[in-house]
Amino acid sequence: MKIVVCAKYVPDAQGDRSFSSDNTTDRQGADGLLSELDEYAVEEALKLVETADGEVVILTMGPDDAADAVRKSLQMGAHSGVHVLDDALHGSDAPATSLVLAKAVEKIGESGAVDLVVTGMASTDGSMSVVPAMLAERLGLPQVTYASELTVDGRTVTIRRDGDASTETIEASLPALVSVTDQINEPRYPSFKGIMAAKKKPVETWSVADLGVDASEVGLEAAWTRVAASTERPPREAGQVVADEGDGGAKLAEFLTGRKFV
Amino acid sequence: MAEVLVLVDHVDGTVRKTTHELLTIARRLGEPSAVFVGNGYDTAKESLATYGAVTVYQVTDPEVDQYLVAPKAEVLAQLVEQTSPAAVLIASSAEGKEIAARLAVKTSSGLITDAVDVQPGGSGPVTTQSVFAGSYTVEATVTTGTPIITVKPNSAAPEQAPTTPQEQAVEVTLSDAAKTARVTDRKPREKSGRPELTEAAIVVSGGRGTGGDFAAVEAFADALGAAVGASRAAVDAGWYPHANQVGQTGKTVSPQLYVAAGISGAIQHRAGMQTSKAIVAVNKDEEAPIFELVDFGVVGDLFAVLPAAAEAIEKHKA
Ligand SMILES: Cc1cc2nc3c(=O)[nH]c(=O)nc-3n(C[C@H](O)[C@H](O)[C@H](O)COP(=O)(O)OP(=O)(O)OC[C@H]3O[C@@H](n4cnc5c(N)ncnc54)[C@H](O)[C@@H]3O)c2cc1C
Ligand SMILES: Nc1ncnc2c1ncn2[C@@H]1O[C@H](COP(=O)(O)O)[C@@H](O)[C@H]1O
Repeated sequence: MKIVVCAKYVPDAQGDRSFSSDNTTDRQGADGLLSELDEYAVEEALKLVETADGEVVILTMGPDDAADAVRKSLQMGAHSGVHVLDDALHGSDAPATSLVLAKAVEKIGESGAVDLVVTGMASTDGSMSVVPAMLAERLGLPQVTYASELTVDGRTVTIRRDGDASTETIEASLPALVSVTDQINEPRYPSFKGIMAAKKKPVETWSVADLGVDASEVGLEAAWTRVAASTERPPREAGQVVADEGDGGAKLAEFLTGRKFV
Repeated sequence: MAEVLVLVDHVDGTVRKTTHELLTIARRLGEPSAVFVGNGYDTAKESLATYGAVTVYQVTDPEVDQYLVAPKAEVLAQLVEQTSPAAVLIASSAEGKEIAARLAVKTSSGLITDAVDVQPGGSGPVTTQSVFAGSYTVEATVTTGTPIITVKPNSAAPEQAPTTPQEQAVEVTLSDAAKTARVTDRKPREKSGRPELTEAAIVVSGGRGTGGDFAAVEAFADALGAAVGASRAAVDAGWYPHANQVGQTGKTVSPQLYVAAGISGAIQHRAGMQTSKAIVAVNKDEEAPIFELVDFGVVGDLFAVLPAAAEAIEKHKA
């Protein structure tokens, strides 16, 4: 089984995130890391190839530092990596990102058909949760998303999806696109052996031209939406905090009735 | 006036409040048209008329419901082609965003997700989004194709505008590509009898500080007529269903009042509640980061504070 995992490099959510002067996410100022939610995708792919033979290819699109996301995934146990790196990509929106990732998946498929594309449920910076559905649309693959449980039996993939109003069982034939939630597994930490082994694993770097994508189709200029303004929210006005001295409940009720919540 | 397509969010015809909000927003941008997919139109009919759907496109093909997401995107793509709408509005649920994503690619249209406000502008709708766990506000417009916008619950006060909708049955021929991810089983979620988490005016959430005992949180919620939420720590421990998780990997809520009890206020939790109008916390630890957000906070044991507050509220109501 050949699995491609889409893994994104994101600014650390614990740090201060902000916008650059062109209203794109500032990816220079902040420390970055492999999106935590994509660790679940890497883990699930690794589990699948442990039981059935196969290989896991990590695919990332992002600036120089995004190589860190590939490296971390290789340390966890993935077999090889592809880093799509091109100045033209700066400011790409979700449709452009999905275009580039789709072309890269196709190119990875040239050296052996891809059975499964696995993604996270959202990137922790943009958090639009739309790239997986867009990838499925572009690749013409069954969309099997928000998996909280996943099994592959022969050529059939089955997931549990906890929808808004119901819990669903979804089934599709391979090849398919799967996105996984943070309920699905416990991502492993890289072992010392894994860290050493990762140094020798192959990572290819591709430009958009390598993918047959025209530079004018990606990046900030090509985006189908435009951010007109971004403003930092004023910090909330400091509220009133009282210590409970037996009257905390009464004071809370007083606040709530005063504000007409009762 | 150009049409604005609103995808109706419903369960067997019971229309969600978010749809009324979308119809209200649609009226600012053009003429609201509801797109109803699935069973139960008879149940939905009156509510769509009350909130101003001038046209209702009805898709009753049972096949649409048997597959995940893709068929609904095809239906909308067909209607976009037919009606050249001023915008398409979809509720910002997990499924809603996926439908919007596929529609954007199909129609080469710009997509804006999780809008908290949509207003008419000189060159199409202007949306407001809250990003980076609520620390930034962003205004955006769609520059290519049909604006496709997913809107968060509680982004507008639903306003009635009674109409007699013109009903149009829509025939769709689903492509084979739309029929590849089959829904083989669907178990409706058990009803709690409390308001829907994302729609509720008041949400009371419990975290690890409950130690697994949600009785005080639930009783306090019931005193306020609130929905009950939970932190991921509480969900991971198996104390409360995942469907009630608030935060980055759970639901995003934006109620009039959010109460966090025994929740520290981690960034991932904030991501799901920071846009609440008023925030209250009860926590033993005065250093807990949740207190940075509150309008009112009590440093104390939730098992003492919540029951006392619930009692005082019940007394006030009586
Ligand atoms: C990728 C990722 C996604 C995540 N997504 C989410 C998400 O969607 N939602 C989410 O909530 N978290 C999420 N988290 C987890 C988040 O980082 C925190 O771990 C979690 O929110 C902590 O939950 P808590 O506040 O209940 O627990 P804790 O941080 O342990 O806080 C418990 C609090 O209860 C207080 N307390 C204890 N006893 C009492 C008492 N008797 N009375 C009053 N107060 C008491 C303590 O002082 C403490 O402040 C995510 C994490 C990651 C890495
Ligand atoms: N630049 C990227 N490189 C690799 N994978 C990505 C990228 N952007 C998004 N993804 C994948 O798409 C998922 C959802 O992203 P998003 O739609 O941005 O929330 C992520 O969890 C990743 O698996």
